Amino acid sequence: PVERCCHVCPFMSLYRCCQRSALLVVYRRSLSSVSPPSSVSPSSSVSPSSSVSPPSSVSPSSSVSPSSSVSPSSSLSPPPLHTRFLRYLTQRFYDVEMLQSWSFLRRWKRVQKRNTYYGYAQENYGSDIASAYYILNLKGGFRFVGQSEWFIADQRGKFNWAFLDHKNTPLEEVNMNYTGINYRGLDNLEVQKSLRTLSIRGCPEVDDWFLARLHMFEDSLEELDISHCPRITTGGLAALRNLKGLKRLDVSSLPGISSPGVVIILLEEMLPKCDVTANGYDHTLREES
Amino acid sequence: MSTWRRVHVNLRKAHGLFPVSSRRVTQPNTWKYGHLTLCKSLSTSRPLRNDFFKDLEVQLAAMRQKALDALPGSDWSPLEIDRGLPPERADVVIVGGGVIGWSIAYWIKQKERVRGGVRVVVVEKDPTYSQASTVLSAGGIRQQFSLPENICLSMASAQFMKNINEHLHVLNEDPVDLQFNHSGYLFLANEEVAHIMEENYKTQRSFGAHVSLLSATQLKEKFPWINTDGVALASYGLENEGWFDPWTLLQAFRRKALSLGVEQCIGEVTDLKYTSNIGITAEGDQVAQRRIKSVKVQVRNSLVYQPMECAMVVNAAGALSGKLAAMMGISLPVEPRKRYIYVLNCPDGPGLDTPFLIDYSGVWFRREGLGGNYIAGTSPEEALEPDTSDLEVDHQFFEEKIWPHLASRVPALEKLKMCILMSPSFLSPSFLPQVTSAWAGFYDYNTFDQNGVIGLHPIVNNMFFATGFSGHGLQHSPAVGRAVAELILDGNFTSIDLSNLGFRRIIQQEPMLERNIV
Repeated sequence: PVERCCHVCPFMSLYRCCQRSALLVVYRRSLSSVSPPSSVSPSSSVSPSSSVSPPSSVSPSSSVSPSSSVSPSSSLSPPPLHTRFLRYLTQRFYDVEMLQSWSFLRRWKRVQKRNTYYGYAQENYGSDIASAYYILNLKGGFRFVGQSEWFIADQRGKFNWAFLDHKNTPLEEVNMNYTGINYRGLDNLEVQKSLRTLSIRGCPEVDDWFLARLHMFEDSLEELDISHCPRITTGGLAALRNLKGLKRLDVSSLPGISSPGVVIILLEEMLPKCDVTANGYDHTLREES
Repeated sequence: MSTWRRVHVNLRKAHGLFPVSSRRVTQPNTWKYGHLTLCKSLSTSRPLRNDFFKDLEVQLAAMRQKALDALPGSDWSPLEIDRGLPPERADVVIVGGGVIGWSIAYWIKQKERVRGGVRVVVVEKDPTYSQASTVLSAGGIRQQFSLPENICLSMASAQFMKNINEHLHVLNEDPVDLQFNHSGYLFLANEEVAHIMEENYKTQRSFGAHVSLLSATQLKEKFPWINTDGVALASYGLENEGWFDPWTLLQAFRRKALSLGVEQCIGEVTDLKYTSNIGITAEGDQVAQRRIKSVKVQVRNSLVYQPMECAMVVNAAGALSGKLAAMMGISLPVEPRKRYIYVLNCPDGPGLDTPFLIDYSGVWFRREGLGGNYIAGTSPEEALEPDTSDLEVDHQFFEEKIWPHLASRVPALEKLKMCILMSPSFLSPSFLPQVTSAWAGFYDYNTFDQNGVIGLHPIVNNMFFATGFSGHGLQHSPAVGRAVAELILDGNFTSIDLSNLGFRRIIQQEPMLERNIV
């Protein structure tokens, strides 16, 4: 493993270097605070030389000198808990890195899990109730066809179960602003063939692949609000070409679009019957440096 | 290895037998790092006398490390001549650092069950990728094939790209942005080939591809800028189709593979050393079963070379795979074929919804960026294949073969900015379009049936092939990488069954042809 790590090191990012050097500075500073400077120098000379290889101290000889200067502190007073913890972490660099990558993957898995296919509800309650339940679980809101009242889940996730009374009623308007919906969640909404309004403002997981799946609503969708979604780029907006029946489109404040002026014009050309709203962009001409 | 560890343990027991007065009798703190036991000493200052046993422990640990290095499998050698050479031994050598090669490297490392269990080296002769097919490709991905294997490969690759950051994310690096344009592919068919298109449509739908068929009137409604003369049927991809940036995908695979421990080597494979075993088949013929023992890698612009011993070789060399196979004495029907791509500029051309349009005459074109640029190309006829010794572009080809079809199909492009090209035809009064620029790239063209060759060779026991995709390599690369990694590590295909794309069909002369309309 040592050889592998040495090959990986040239590709360490600057941030990782800074992280490690920050931890090592704290370590050294904590050492110098408790032990006389003369005994610190062997340990400080060891750590820069090991900056190329991980500080996991595989060879026993290099681990002896830093830890030997730890013991003077035990005779004076134990160093504070956070210092000891940071010292422990400097010797566990790859473990910390592994934990960080696991937490990243766990975040993604959580999003996928929230957007799974509600198979049980689909089988036992019908697809419309399943879609409704999915929307309410993600803290969104909807309105049935022919009804005027909205079923919305509040901030804590509580909602009114009265929607179960309306069996086999399709949904007409769906509001999923600021929820965690992603492309997988559209599996639950696939059967809604009479969906007229879809509002997905500010959803962090809505990206171009989500927009590409919106073609399933091409016959019925009239109003679409995708403003403030950070992951949408121009390539995804090209996917809206299938929604020929769209009457109102809101693409305000999309940070992912590089040249909003051109894109808005092209969108208006692509969807001639649609009224495109695009606020929140800075259209001033900037000098190319 | 274990003998050294046993000596270490016995020494500690020996401490009790030879008490040295200066030594503190405390339990040394130990913790395990991997398979090594690390010892923390609690003494405060240098010992008064040299402790023979303590020094012996340290010396033995150093000797143990040196012995480990000297064993085969490590890179240490007493004569260190050149540090820039590839390693002497590797488990899997992937010849070719294009998107297929790096995809295979990533998937092998992803699937290995023991961390650092498989040593993978990717050999690439040109780090600038100046002639590599990957980066010169138009970058399209589609599910509109006729072979089920191709459809499944494309769908799996699209699924991979949907979650590309979860697969190829490296900690503390920027997320991967493929710049995927979800604009879909549009195939046009005339009367004669419309039935083929319908059958392909049924196959594609049965595998879950989101494709729709359009009649001529529906086509005119959807895309008013298309001239629908002669078009009987059109097939339009609704989802998971479009184009992306091939360089980004290549670098994403490469970065993730390098972070997982794959080694990269810049050099050219010039020779393959193998052993032969003569066997007799059931019919009584003699067949030489070969096994590659080492790969000779020549460093670029130098006479220095390194013979790498390896267990397996993967031929992902793209257009030059045929040359590599010839070094083994086997024939692989893959050769480079040059294809041109021309960039046109037309401010009044079709807008954001321009799909990747492929006409039944073979001419294709797609939008490039937002500034009214388009790229176009076509496959030349078999007899008029251009010369493959370099990547020079023939502009005459555009005027003769592409422009007439393109101008008739998309009349809006006829209003391209006119300019007079410095060519022999500049004296003619006909309007010539402005071709802003052009480039050429090689297809790894499978002369047998224009579909990929994936699998082991029947005669060479440890050479895997992942080449011959004839223009579809980039869009199939994630799924092909996974398939080859499954072959190498699991022994057979687990996710998509690609046995029909193996070498068997070439030996038995049963081509798996794509029933395309072009």
